[in-house]
Amino acid sequence: MAYKVVHYINQFFAGIGGEEKADIAPEVREGKVGPGMGLGQLLAPDAEIVATFICGDNYFATNSDKVCQEVIDCCKKYKADALIAGPAFNAGRYGTACASVCAAVQKELGIPTLTALYKENPGVDLFRKEIVIVETANSARGMGKALPTMAAVAKKLLSGKAIEDPAAEGVFSKGIRQNMFYSEPGAERAVKMLIKKLKKEPFTTEYPMPVFDRVTPRPPVKDMSHAKIAIVTSGGIVPFGNPDHIAASSAQNFGEYDISGVTDLKKGEYQTAHGGYDQTYANQDPDRVLPVDVLRDLVREGKIGSLYEHYYATVGNGTAVANAKKFGTEIGKKLKDANVQAVILTST
Amino acid sequence: MCTIVPISLSIGANRIVPTVSIPYPLGNPELPAEKEKELRRHLVEKALNALATPVDDQTVFND
Repeated sequence: MAYKVVHYINQFFAGIGGEEKADIAPEVREGKVGPGMGLGQLLAPDAEIVATFICGDNYFATNSDKVCQEVIDCCKKYKADALIAGPAFNAGRYGTACASVCAAVQKELGIPTLTALYKENPGVDLFRKEIVIVETANSARGMGKALPTMAAVAKKLLSGKAIEDPAAEGVFSKGIRQNMFYSEPGAERAVKMLIKKLKKEPFTTEYPMPVFDRVTPRPPVKDMSHAKIAIVTSGGIVPFGNPDHIAASSAQNFGEYDISGVTDLKKGEYQTAHGGYDQTYANQDPDRVLPVDVLRDLVREGKIGSLYEHYYATVGNGTAVANAKKFGTEIGKKLKDANVQAVILTST
Repeated sequence: MCTIVPISLSIGANRIVPTVSIPYPLGNPELPAEKEKELRRHLVEKALNALATPVDDQTVFND
């Protein structure tokens, strides 16, 4: 017996209309519609599209929780073994809708789900860690290539097999590591990789490094003698006793501390909360990490306009990049609201 | 201002001033207090200079 699949598409791919029909409410049609025709042929005889859930992109955007629940109910009603959504290519609202319904159905019903998006579709960054997303071209011109990959991946998931090599199977990596059996032990693979690297031959890493944001450098401060300067540190300098309980590693928060009137960070008044380096020297003189003493001198001498009355601190020790990014965004907003012109960040 | 410059480069910092050591980036406990503060002032002035300097790309401000 063939596996039963529910297919989610938007108003455009259902042939109902474009932007002017983007607010239509969901409807369910028995069988295949639009791209489901081609997809259904590729899934046969292993699987069959039993129903198509159609929803306007704007309707989804304003009623997402409700629509997700309706898709869950539809999958239940048709006893679906899997949900396939899209492909949505680079359509932002459609892609986000596809990925959202997949995540909701997978969470609620525990059945395999699958969508297909272009790498820059916002649905990819939002949901790649949770659901399987096939990589497509940026427009519907890539339909011919997307559907066979989707069908192949869907069959694999339906048969209970894992995606072992996301890149080779045409899906975005979830960024998780899974135990696998290899014919060669790690040492042999590592040496082979190293030899390839030395010979400048292409090789594939088994543990890609995270990719960090790049920011266009800001223009320089024109007049330092009138600039308001702030200080921020990941070196864990906090008032003595660490009032915000910033963790010694894997920090979950940052602190904001008033230093108006403070001309020197003294031993016993400030300390470090950082658990990743020898705290002796920072506790003896916290200015060694956060140079308040020198900055006060420079203000007095007129070299800088002023030192912002608050400083911000967290502990950069095994701290998740996502947390660090969140702290940075929040601190940046506060500094911008306070009309700070430049920031010195110190790290240990 | 950081001691491990390659980390700052990898995460995308644009103006980087190398510092002394991980447990005391802006100091040196082996120096007399006065000398140590001079060292710290020198480093902070370098940071201010970096902030006042136009850069197009990631730049490490060495001495």
